[in-house]
Amino acid sequence: MPVQILYFAKVREEVGVATEAVDVPASIATISELADWLACRSAGHAQAFANREHLRVAADQVMVTFDTPLSDGMEIAFFPPVTGG
Amino acid sequence: MRDIRVQTADFDPATELARLEALDVGAVASFTGLVRGDDGVAALTLEHYPGMTEKVLRALGDEAASRWALAGVSLIHRVGRLGRGARIVFVGTASAHRADALESCAFLIDRLKTDAPFWKSEEVGGAPRWVAARDGDQEAADRWR
Repeated sequence: MPVQILYFAKVREEVGVATEAVDVPASIATISELADWLACRSAGHAQAFANREHLRVAADQVMVTFDTPLSDGMEIAFFPPVTGG
Repeated sequence: MRDIRVQTADFDPATELARLEALDVGAVASFTGLVRGDDGVAALTLEHYPGMTEKVLRALGDEAASRWALAGVSLIHRVGRLGRGARIVFVGTASAHRADALESCAFLIDRLKTDAPFWKSEEVGGAPRWVAARDGDQEAADRWR
């Protein structure tokens, strides 16, 4: 299942790329499982996904929780808690 | 009137206020956020999530307009590198009554801080570091839920 992944701020620096197009195994059903799968891709990914409490996620540009089901062609973004304003 | 912008360029609060005043209603409220110079911070660099940012800001404008009687909403947020004292954000509201203008203005800046995907990196002694989110900001946003 093709999914577009985006990383922002400190998470982007840790992972080392801003975006990646990944083909997720069919066994992965939720964003939480996707995060565990992505964490295995490199040491940088492992570091970025080590502490979920400091991680937020958006699916198709809407803030969601990690238990959200994954679907085909989704745009998933991982980032730290926001600090604008 | 609804004016929502994400831009690198500076903005002029006087011009933005004049636009809201031209709506010819009784009350205009505004908030301007600036780069604070405490702890030796020389500059901030603001990053955002293009597309989602604009969506979130439009949704906040819609929510404000549904909760208060508003004639106008201006939401301007800058991105890129901003020096000490530079303007970061402008929130302006126009209404027939002061309570609607003041409350909606506070709502918009409080919720922008927890909902809109912006991240600040600050330069201290020439080295950049990511700014951590504050619990107080979440509490301020939660009082509007």
